[in-house]
Amino acid sequence: MHLGIDEPRECQYNQICTHNSSPMETPHSKKRKVKRKWQIFPGRNKFYCNGRIMMAKQTGVFYLTIVLILVTSGLFFAFDCPFLASNLTPAIPAIGGVLFLFVIGMLLRASFSDPGVLPRATPEEAADVERQIDAANGAGGPGYRPPPRTREVVINGQTVKLKYCFTCKIFRPPRASHCSLCDNCVERFDHHCPWVGNCVGKRNYRFFYLFILSLSFLTIFIFAFVITHVILRSNRTGFLSALKDSPASVLEVVVCFFSVWSIVGLSGFHTYLISSNQTTNEDIKGSWSTKRGKDNYNPYSYGNILTNCCAALCGPLPPSLIDRRGFVQPDTPQPAAQSNGTNTCPTTQLQSHMCHQDQCIQSTKFVLQAAVTTPLLHAQPILLGGGPVLQPKPSVGGPCSALGPGQPSLPSSIPGLSCGGEVLALHDSENHCHHHLHHQHFISPEETPCTAHLGHHMPLYDPASQDSLHEDSVRGLVKLSSV
Amino acid sequence: RRPHSASLANKVFIQRDYSEGTVCKFQTKFPSELDSRIEKTLFEDTVKTLNNYYAEAEKIGGHSYLEGCLACITAYLIFLCMETRYEKVLKKISRYIQEQNEKIYAPRGLLITDPIERGMRVIEISIYEDRGSSGSSSGSSTTSSSGR
Repeated sequence: MHLGIDEPRECQYNQICTHNSSPMETPHSKKRKVKRKWQIFPGRNKFYCNGRIMMAKQTGVFYLTIVLILVTSGLFFAFDCPFLASNLTPAIPAIGGVLFLFVIGMLLRASFSDPGVLPRATPEEAADVERQIDAANGAGGPGYRPPPRTREVVINGQTVKLKYCFTCKIFRPPRASHCSLCDNCVERFDHHCPWVGNCVGKRNYRFFYLFILSLSFLTIFIFAFVITHVILRSNRTGFLSALKDSPASVLEVVVCFFSVWSIVGLSGFHTYLISSNQTTNEDIKGSWSTKRGKDNYNPYSYGNILTNCCAALCGPLPPSLIDRRGFVQPDTPQPAAQSNGTNTCPTTQLQSHMCHQDQCIQSTKFVLQAAVTTPLLHAQPILLGGGPVLQPKPSVGGPCSALGPGQPSLPSSIPGLSCGGEVLALHDSENHCHHHLHHQHFISPEETPCTAHLGHHMPLYDPASQDSLHEDSVRGLVKLSSV
Repeated sequence: RRPHSASLANKVFIQRDYSEGTVCKFQTKFPSELDSRIEKTLFEDTVKTLNNYYAEAEKIGGHSYLEGCLACITAYLIFLCMETRYEKVLKKISRYIQEQNEKIYAPRGLLITDPIERGMRVIEISIYEDRGSSGSSSGSSTTSSSGR
């Protein structure tokens, strides 16, 4: 940034560039390989097409969704449409085709776009927030436990508590929530949808809604016309021979029949949510229900169903805040990314897969044990500066000695997991463990040697059994985190 | 390599004001660190103008409905060739901030960072102290007088 005026003035600010993705910076940093921001993204997302596409880590169910839709629609167009087009009207395949394309378009848009991820705080910002929190809580002695970090805001007359996110080092804006699966704070977090393979948040809620709405229509459409096809055929040739002539119809009817209930139900539910301007998260927790208090109301609702719907579906589309295709500035401070399970974990996919699995399992066991052993489940914040103070577990000496022998019944019976356990203590699992393990957030670069250490450690357990354990733990965690 | 006649002394973060909901709005409270560097009214003007820009970007009304419906009908393909209203306003904001920096803040040893680069969470204002190094002749004396 060049200041043409005020030449005799003292300061020159040429070194400051407020535009991150300025290509002019790259020639300087060409000495080392220039990275795009998605490559150093701290969350657990997967990126494709050089950062254009962003999805969650587990995408298996998404491929199932795609396959189901493609196969059912494909069979419909191949086997039922010729008959229907010639006997009824060619508008049927035409409308079906348009619906199908719309469904796929909305699905891809919902899956591939940024749901509204909030970037993590830069170190200076995090330090500033810490200062404010410490100032607000006041200094205490070593035994003093400051209350959990929250800030209260009055929004349209309703008091809302903003929680502090230990992973992202920010006070979450209202309606934002931290997704444990993606390890990101997402604005207006609705839910994490495995069918779509992504979180559903502020930026892609409308695509998600249009997807399930159009999919309901498509499912009902296919169901109705396949039945029509079979009936028309059986009028001519009899029921059984009709089924023999087009066996695909049976499959389609079965798929559509089972899908209709869930998808139409989901569409109805989300229509209700949109009209009352709530998120799934808020509805499940009953944040605005009158059961909590007589004066409890939703401060975000516009009061009018139509306005709520229009605001959700036709409102302005906010831009992505994470700038995934921008170039990393060599002198820009990067946010403290401690949940680098996939980044610093070793290169082989299997091992990194295990890294996360055993961390997840460990963390669940930890939480469940802690829930049983300790009556207090609220956060035990750390006094900065004096070194991390743990409660009630042994304090952190070096990076790898976080879990001392005092740990009650850690599953050391599972071979190879003990190191995973140590590393776990240093990895962010804010979702389930921040109550007891958030000392980990304040150990910065020292932990990386230990994560590398895990990488060289080959766990000796069977991944298949860990899969089911992992699933169970995730389910348990979802229940826990929704409390 | 780079002329280092100023060094970063401190950073002030102007936080979001959520009293009206989730719309993007920043607090206009004047931070004490800037007390000696810039006039309160100038600062408040800047923040209020930024708030107005964001309100314009997020306004739901005829224009945004039209854009939304059109986009929906074309399955959002229209955004391949057209910029959203929000993006247009963000560009305006970026130009405004650059202009403010050049005219008002840099002469006082301050620098505003565009909130979009901080996740729309804070307006980061960097405070620079002149080091009075050998390179600049009129260095320290002019700095001390400019801040008042």
